[in-house]
Amino acid sequence: MKKILISDPTLRDGNHAVKQQLTLEQVAAYAASANAAGVPIVEVGHGNGLGASSLQVGMSLLEDGAMLKAARENLTTSKLGIFLIPGFATINKDLRPALDLGVDVVRVASHCTEADTTQRHIGFARECGKEVYGVLMMSHMAQADILLQECRKMESYGAEGVILMDSAGASLPFEVSEKVKSLVDHLNIAVGYHAHNNLGLAVANSIAAAQAGAVILDGTACGFGAGAGNTPLEILVAVLAKYGYNTGIDLYKMLDAADVARAKLVERTPVISSASLVSGLAGVFSAFSTPVERVAREYNVDPRDILFELGRRKAVAGQEDKIVEIADELARKKSRGTPE
Amino acid sequence: MTQPVSKLKVAILGSGNIGTDLLLKTLRSAYLDCTLFIGRNFNSPGIAKASGMGIRISDRSIDAIINDPSGCDLVFDCTSAADAKRHWPILQQLGKIVVDLTPAKIGKMCIPAVNLHDCLGSQNLNMITCGGQASIPLTHQIGIIHPNAQYMEIVSSIASRSAGPATRLNIDEYVETTEGAIQSFSGCRKAKAILILNPATPCIDMQTTIFAKIDNPDMEKLTVAVNDAVAKVQKYVPGYHLILPPTREGGRVVIMVKVQGRGDYLPAFAGNLDIINCAAIAAAEAFAQSPRKMKQHR
Repeated sequence: MKKILISDPTLRDGNHAVKQQLTLEQVAAYAASANAAGVPIVEVGHGNGLGASSLQVGMSLLEDGAMLKAARENLTTSKLGIFLIPGFATINKDLRPALDLGVDVVRVASHCTEADTTQRHIGFARECGKEVYGVLMMSHMAQADILLQECRKMESYGAEGVILMDSAGASLPFEVSEKVKSLVDHLNIAVGYHAHNNLGLAVANSIAAAQAGAVILDGTACGFGAGAGNTPLEILVAVLAKYGYNTGIDLYKMLDAADVARAKLVERTPVISSASLVSGLAGVFSAFSTPVERVAREYNVDPRDILFELGRRKAVAGQEDKIVEIADELARKKSRGTPE
Repeated sequence: MTQPVSKLKVAILGSGNIGTDLLLKTLRSAYLDCTLFIGRNFNSPGIAKASGMGIRISDRSIDAIINDPSGCDLVFDCTSAADAKRHWPILQQLGKIVVDLTPAKIGKMCIPAVNLHDCLGSQNLNMITCGGQASIPLTHQIGIIHPNAQYMEIVSSIASRSAGPATRLNIDEYVETTEGAIQSFSGCRKAKAILILNPATPCIDMQTTIFAKIDNPDMEKLTVAVNDAVAKVQKYVPGYHLILPPTREGGRVVIMVKVQGRGDYLPAFAGNLDIINCAAIAAAEAFAQSPRKMKQHR
């Protein structure tokens, strides 16, 4: 039976779904249930990772350290994971203090063509003896050969694995297969995949990745995550078992964990709203749909127009300020077009 | 008695992209005369460019200045932070003004639109970062109008192709230096800087967004002050434009500027590199126009 390592960012990506307002009680409750289910890695933090609490991508209710402590206290067998994007988080301000709180697994991310911004952070976490992965976000925006070249850089910095994120939920299964296979064929480290559900393909894309040789998959309880949500972990675990993959996760207890999430974390089970679907089609970072809807109301413009324009301008993760810029332009155009 | 009109003799130390772009900017200046362009290798593209234009060149690095101490009065250091730290005691001893474009953080932080006059008393000027040059003229104004602003944040997006290997490797230093400078100039105790690289083609222009959390912001005063500050910056950075005037959105004040480069040696999309070079030229020209200040440093 082939093994799949599951990494669960419910308490990180899920923060996007509640505008970064997860509470200590929620972090503790879900961490305890994921631990009980035997989820190997529980990732915790602001939706954009360490040091990302900001007006640009949302202020979090809790400080990074508080979230990590609450999770740490409730994990006995599961490893505690963090995520960070250089340009938001720095080693001195964010990574070092987080490691001091007992983090086990570190994921260092960049836009899919900018892996060389992760060199110092990957190196530092490795020197500290942590399990370290490189992450390429928005992987639908680069071809397989470019992704391979960027992953090779992360491998050379010391990453023990690389994860492709379909941050916009924009990929189709055949694209996932091609990109993952190219990495599996040419790298000496583990390959993983992190899907989003904007086009209703999160589970299918995760399976495509596994069949192409990925050995790490991400999923969140009830799909709790940015926009249309992530791969629902309880479904992924069940489907993987049916395909004959071993995750080591107890299905009943995973279902219990999903129930805890549904009762305590999830305000509404993620649905593929118009904005999320358009975000997937336009190839725009999933977490943009919430601020896009807010800004569209404030400027009285169509959120779908904003999303397609963001896609046309190739906005990357973290460029939420472009939403206001584009809404302002659309509103001006509109007022010029309809003289009153 | 009026001062005789003579240009200030400047040397450019470092023949990479920044140094070569600065050279082209000095050639346009009415106040600066580049008397020496220094690299480490006669085969570098920058040295070839300078040589082709009839500029005196050297491949001797800092020794070129040690061996010809009267050849220049001001040195633009465009090497690396480590080299700039080594150069400074030597140049200080020789009585040279140093305009430091590396992240060495030795001298007085200089934002020409804000504190140019105060800088003339210092022998070493630190040009901070591109995001700092683009945002601090505005965050400084916010700090004057709202000394109790709770928080300021600046987000710069730059074209991937304008971020060289050193910028990428030192992204943490960029963030921390910019945050420190924003706090220091605005008086705001909490500041955050974010840097985003965007690989889109055609390359994006540098864009900087300023967010502030302010109780009851005085939007009229902010608008006037921001317009004034933008006009001041435009005097030395022609490609600096306000694209979103102070706006209240989602409980925050938002301001956006765009920086297009002049396209001297660096491509026009590299507004991030252009703005720091434009600021360095503005600082050097201020010294050139103040011979009395120059003498104090001898």
